[in-house]
Amino acid sequence: MNDNLIIAGKTYSSRLLVGTGKYKDFTETRAALDASGAQIVTVAIRRTNLGQNANEPNLLDAVPMSKFTYLPNTAGCYTADDAVRTLRLARELLDGHSLVKLEVLGDPQSLYPNVIETLAAAKTLVAEGFQVMVYTSDDPIIAKQLEDIGCVAIMPLASLIGSGMGILNPWNLQLIMDRVSVPVIVDAGVGTASDAAIAMELGCAGVLMNTAIAGAKNPVLMASAMNKAVQAGREAFLAGRMPKKLYSATPSSPTTGMIAKI
Amino acid sequence: MINLTINGASRSFPAALNVAELIEQLGYTGKRIALERNGAIVPRSTYATVQLADGDKLEVVVAVGGG
Repeated sequence: MNDNLIIAGKTYSSRLLVGTGKYKDFTETRAALDASGAQIVTVAIRRTNLGQNANEPNLLDAVPMSKFTYLPNTAGCYTADDAVRTLRLARELLDGHSLVKLEVLGDPQSLYPNVIETLAAAKTLVAEGFQVMVYTSDDPIIAKQLEDIGCVAIMPLASLIGSGMGILNPWNLQLIMDRVSVPVIVDAGVGTASDAAIAMELGCAGVLMNTAIAGAKNPVLMASAMNKAVQAGREAFLAGRMPKKLYSATPSSPTTGMIAKI
Repeated sequence: MINLTINGASRSFPAALNVAELIEQLGYTGKRIALERNGAIVPRSTYATVQLADGDKLEVVVAVGGG
């Protein structure tokens, strides 16, 4: 079945996007990415450690840009200005690569997004030619504004970053999907495979996660589970589920041809 | 002598230098890094021609694991 995810005109066969943080080492990172089947992987942009051995193993060796689409993020940024500067550095670092994940946080306890700073950063980045996939709250009005600015994917939280609380407000996700035409990708909050499947069954275009995989006891096995959950959820969405009803007078087995009562 | 702030830390250099020379002294020649000088990107192609000035604030970054 030809059912690809299309972001900014580029086609991806996997609807699972994964982060590269919090793994034990780069070997585990790569094994988890391979098991997840993900093609788009998020990376962070950080200062080099001055004075430290410049020949230490690095992410680019374990996760080559020739095999994965890098999605540099602005994790840890609390202002539009910091986020924009971070992504300009990312574009320079990655040879002009313009697909980015914008996230501007509002509060270090909850990591809840600051949508006012997010909107401001999105405007600047789109004007500078970035293709912006944007992490945001599950507010449908803000989501629509971000699409109108020119963001190429809207990525609402399902619950807070790193919480593993799952899909807390499916109705808001539905409101967002009803209003925007670019891909809606659940970003943050997924805890286990069923959460990912639920997001996909709701009709989301994809799911982005990091901690749900890296924080599992066996990250590589969980990556495999997420791979299947996203595919299963997508197929269930496309198949169209049966309607829910409190009870049914039509059993699945024939009502005729029953053996006689003794 | 010039003083530079690199990734938030103060560093002194005996003589004026350009970005390419700084990168060599830091051991980053040939490494995939990006550099910002006083808030503006310094494109890789201009490293040899951008002369650093006393008091410049530099950020040198790499890609690391993140979500």
